[in-house]
Amino acid sequence: MAAPVARGGSVTRRLLRGVSRGLSGAGAPAEEPEAALVNVVFVDREGRQVPVRGRVGDNVLHLAQRHGLELEGACEASLACSTCHVYISEPHLGRLPAPDEREEDLLDQAPLLQENSRLGCQLRLSPALEGARIALPRLTRNFYVDGHVPKPH
Amino acid sequence: MAGAGGRAPLGLRRWLSSAAPAPRVCVVGSGPAGFYTAQHILKHHGGALVDIYEKLPVPFGLVRFGVAPDHPEVKNVTNTFTQTARSGRCGFYGNVTVGRDVTVPELQRAYHAVVLSYGAEDNRVLGIPGENLPGVYSARAFVGWYNGLPENQDLKPDLSCETALILGHGNVALDIARILLSPLQLLRKTDITDSSLAALACSKVKRVWLVGRRGPLQVAFTIKELREMINLPGARAVLDPADFTGLESAVKDASRPRKRLTELMIKTALEKPVEMQAAAAGAAAPREWGLKFQRSPQEVLPSADGRRARGVRMALTRLEGLGDSAKAIPTGDVEELECGLVLSSIGYRSLPLDPAVPFDSQRGVIPNSSGRVEGVPGLYCSGWVKRGPTGVIITTMNDSFDTAQSLLEDLQGGVLDLSPSREGFGLVESILHSRGVRPVSFSDWEKIDAAEVARGKAAGKPREKIVDPAEMLRIIGH
Repeated sequence: MAAPVARGGSVTRRLLRGVSRGLSGAGAPAEEPEAALVNVVFVDREGRQVPVRGRVGDNVLHLAQRHGLELEGACEASLACSTCHVYISEPHLGRLPAPDEREEDLLDQAPLLQENSRLGCQLRLSPALEGARIALPRLTRNFYVDGHVPKPH
Repeated sequence: MAGAGGRAPLGLRRWLSSAAPAPRVCVVGSGPAGFYTAQHILKHHGGALVDIYEKLPVPFGLVRFGVAPDHPEVKNVTNTFTQTARSGRCGFYGNVTVGRDVTVPELQRAYHAVVLSYGAEDNRVLGIPGENLPGVYSARAFVGWYNGLPENQDLKPDLSCETALILGHGNVALDIARILLSPLQLLRKTDITDSSLAALACSKVKRVWLVGRRGPLQVAFTIKELREMINLPGARAVLDPADFTGLESAVKDASRPRKRLTELMIKTALEKPVEMQAAAAGAAAPREWGLKFQRSPQEVLPSADGRRARGVRMALTRLEGLGDSAKAIPTGDVEELECGLVLSSIGYRSLPLDPAVPFDSQRGVIPNSSGRVEGVPGLYCSGWVKRGPTGVIITTMNDSFDTAQSLLEDLQGGVLDLSPSREGFGLVESILHSRGVRPVSFSDWEKIDAAEVARGKAAGKPREKIVDPAEMLRIIGH
């Protein structure tokens, strides 16, 4: 399990992003479909890179599934599991809206939690994610041997 | 969705064009472990045929009978399982008890690989005097009762007392506390059974203690469930600040989940003086719950007439060691906790299924390596019977994918006997027929499902579960 996490993320930076997004969006409505594309790279559990071009507003979990990545959404994005756990590269992570308490609570159930962990179902593509690497946790065959801690009651 | 269904036809075509025989896999148990194992095999092998066997006429195991009725989001996972079951390469055979109606060796003769994913149908026992007194129930049976598990419908727990004591600090313990203290109008909208809702409506229980042998740093429940309990309308948390002294610094270097969980308990314990909370809530919040630590049950005490439980004598403990491995050692002091209802929530337990299958009764699991049952080629296990009864859905999912991966590797490596004489269900069908067993198909289940949903609709519930297997069979004309 990862070391304790202190989650930062600059609020100011996020606000600025929001403003600039709003302005550019209002500028060219006719260009919207073109302008709204976002490029990200998924990294699967074996470390293979899958470049994906999505649209602003696409749900990251569903985008990953559409492109054949092995990401489950057991609770169907209703914040009741952590099967869509992913890692987001910096500096993109800090530009995203911070996870709310419910997402944080479920991240606590995710195996191989890291400082840059998020739930894919709670993320939507935005210009803030342009160029981001979105990696699936690498569950090695030894994870169950090394990582499993029996919980006595 | 990532289910197997969508890709099956293409994969199958590709498979049929090759010469190799289609591997036939049998999965025993239709809970999350069974379905996730099946899903992974179907998704990663374009030709494999997977048959899932289930003891009850209805699928989904603990998603239906374990997950709390007020957690409908968790049950969304059945949509993915349904997709898997509807795949042209997946069969579902309910109402078949493996080990009785058909044996594991018989399944092994019919299939190229057999996966045991039958879970943990028993519970650990306290092993203390008075455990069998009326008023003492296992958490497993209590959960089965309110969730409509047929075998627990006669439990009819006595809820006429004011104080309930739950032994255990896991998520099941919190589920039960929440069900006991939830406002009725919240439960009414869930798929809790009508009869248990009626019993809860007459319940006198207004105080629930959750008692653990060890301390706050050893609790097994997760933060989501704890926060839900803390925010439960009409019930207040009673945590003793003294239990949390010095813990803030103790968890500084703990893992993030342990740290956040402990901090939430500390915050709740220190939040407001109890009197203020009570005054603010007024008479509207007469219900309360709390956590008690470092108490190990010694004896369930009988009432004067000896007819029922009136409390539990606890041995106070001190902790030896740190963190998860800390041990509770009795100090010699004892304390009596008064209660009329005792629920023992100290863990589930798997049972051996068939003499032909190795079983480690000490650990309550089938001995295995990455899901390969030790010493029995072609036999696999996944879920709780593989690693023990702990974890949330993602734990079982990963664990089932791991077993499926082992099986796929063995298929690829030529380890399994793929002789075509293993005809799969065809062989099993004749065995079942000769024993008078009539399996329930997935489309049969969908009829039962539709009947349950229709019954629930009138009452504003997602479904009204049918709790009698005979009635389920009547609906599908068996």
